[in-house]
Amino acid sequence: MAQTQIQTEQTPVLEIRSLTQRFGGLTAVNDFNVKLMPGELSGLIGPNGAGKTTVFNLASGFYQPTEGQILVDGIPTAGLKPHKVTTLGMARTFQNIRLWNDMTVLDNIRVAQHSQLGYGFFHAITRSKRYRAREEQITKEAEELLDVFDLKRYAEELPKNLPYGTQRKLEIARALSSHPKLLLLDEPAAGLNSADAKDLIRLIRWIHETFDVTIWMIEHHMDVMMELCTQIKVIDFGETIAEGSAEHVRNHPAVMTAYLGDDNI
Amino acid sequence: MKKYTLNILLVIFAIGLLFAAHFRIIDGYIQIVVMTIGINIMMSTSLNLVNGNMGEFTCGHAAFMCIGAYISSVLSVFCFGSNFGDPLLPAASVVIVFPIILLIGGAVAAVSSLLVSVPSFKTRDDYLAIISIAVNYMVISAIQNMDFLGGSRGFQGMKDTVWAMIDVFDGPWMLFWVINFTIFTVWAIRRFISSTYGKGVNAICQDEVAAEIMSVNTNKIKIINFMVAAGLAGCAGGLYAHIIGYVNPQSFNILKSTEALVMVYLGGMGSLSGAIMSAIIFTCLLEVLRSQAIIDVLLSPATFIFPDWEPSAGVIKWVMIPLLLIIVMQFRSEGIMGNRELGDVFPKLKKFYRFK
Repeated sequence: MAQTQIQTEQTPVLEIRSLTQRFGGLTAVNDFNVKLMPGELSGLIGPNGAGKTTVFNLASGFYQPTEGQILVDGIPTAGLKPHKVTTLGMARTFQNIRLWNDMTVLDNIRVAQHSQLGYGFFHAITRSKRYRAREEQITKEAEELLDVFDLKRYAEELPKNLPYGTQRKLEIARALSSHPKLLLLDEPAAGLNSADAKDLIRLIRWIHETFDVTIWMIEHHMDVMMELCTQIKVIDFGETIAEGSAEHVRNHPAVMTAYLGDDNI
Repeated sequence: MKKYTLNILLVIFAIGLLFAAHFRIIDGYIQIVVMTIGINIMMSTSLNLVNGNMGEFTCGHAAFMCIGAYISSVLSVFCFGSNFGDPLLPAASVVIVFPIILLIGGAVAAVSSLLVSVPSFKTRDDYLAIISIAVNYMVISAIQNMDFLGGSRGFQGMKDTVWAMIDVFDGPWMLFWVINFTIFTVWAIRRFISSTYGKGVNAICQDEVAAEIMSVNTNKIKIINFMVAAGLAGCAGGLYAHIIGYVNPQSFNILKSTEALVMVYLGGMGSLSGAIMSAIIFTCLLEVLRSQAIIDVLLSPATFIFPDWEPSAGVIKWVMIPLLLIIVMQFRSEGIMGNRELGDVFPKLKKFYRFK
């Protein structure tokens, strides 16, 4: 019994084994490996077009990998539709904000719990007991979530009318509403100024501590990454070129070359 | 009590309408217009689910109306008519069996909507529009070639069912059923679309990728949404068939689909109250423009210049109504209500109704 418990504790939240993705003749990701243990906060960096978002799209089931295996919480995701992968305990945000702009903030949070509704069409039509109980609970949870994110005053607003930084925050809140074990953040600081980026660092650290969630993020702001991530992986042209602590990665020659170019030319 | 004001008024209005029809205060013509309004409300609100709430573009909604009309007509002739031999059921059971027949027609139409919803997994917009037109033609051609259903000559005998109902109680039965089914349609759609489950439909409309990633089973929701829309259109078709007492495949052609589309776009995409209002306005307009006198007055400047021209109301109607649509799209491209409900436009109204 004790042994099985230790084993389940050691199951990585996300494990990617020798992942390769080809689009026609282009190899977007080549032999990518990663293992995220529960509670980790790690990062993925690389120059533009390195294949970072492709890795996220593969992990969230949006693409089916050409080769390799992805396991979310020990369960292989091959052949699963993205909503099924989400049900396994993964949530993500997008590089360009993808909120439902004509739904209120509260509805955005509520609909993101779609897989956990626990009622179907006929319950909705008949307004059954289960429907009412679940709907009440979902609304309560959504309101609580908005409350801790300090977004409650926007509950009835449309997301498109909110400031950019708030929209980013709302997107993270929406991702968290499905109680994920793993949160993928795709460039959360994109388009934020340095003051907002500082807030974001605080927010991500706070989420990491409060929600007991493993976070894997892509980011271009190096200061954000250096401050937050314990482990950073660097990819360029789909190849992993370095990994390790922030300090290690920062001074790695291959990373310098990838970002700044080769000074031997 | 105050928050049910509008609901109670609606019920009183419906009962008043039935009494007026029963005691011949309103004549058969007005009754037909009211029933057409009801059927058009069913058509426009159900199409609004797909074209408005889900943001897909389908223009073959009459196909489902056609399937519903034929299935329920055949069933009702089998059960109460004499075309296919002796009636299967005693005439007195008609009052209970008739709504079931309509619902079966709707159910078959709902299943047939898979012809559109399965392709919609992969295609959107223009391509889905083409698929839906294809389905419309498929259904019409199939029925035209079914000789046992009368083929292109049409199918009749449903009046036997209506007479069987009148034998049970002499009243305006079809008006009664149209009112009930219209209320049922609006009520079911409202409940579906206001639940978190149904809001998945709006999520698909606004960002399908985000919906799929945020755990909405987009394919399943699409199937269900198409099924609800097609099923309600099927019920509308069944009612239509029993009101007219005769169905012909050509009465469900692309023109009928276009009528439903016009109502949705006139009312405003995704607005349930808009769809209801535009169905009422549209049907009334059609009836008003049927009058030759009104057409003559409207076109008097033109006939003054071209004295030889004698516009006929039946033709000019189809010039005026598309023109109206063009004018609405030019000056108010979001439609009458434009993705908002009546309660959003007049917040004070919200106190007077509870519609859940």
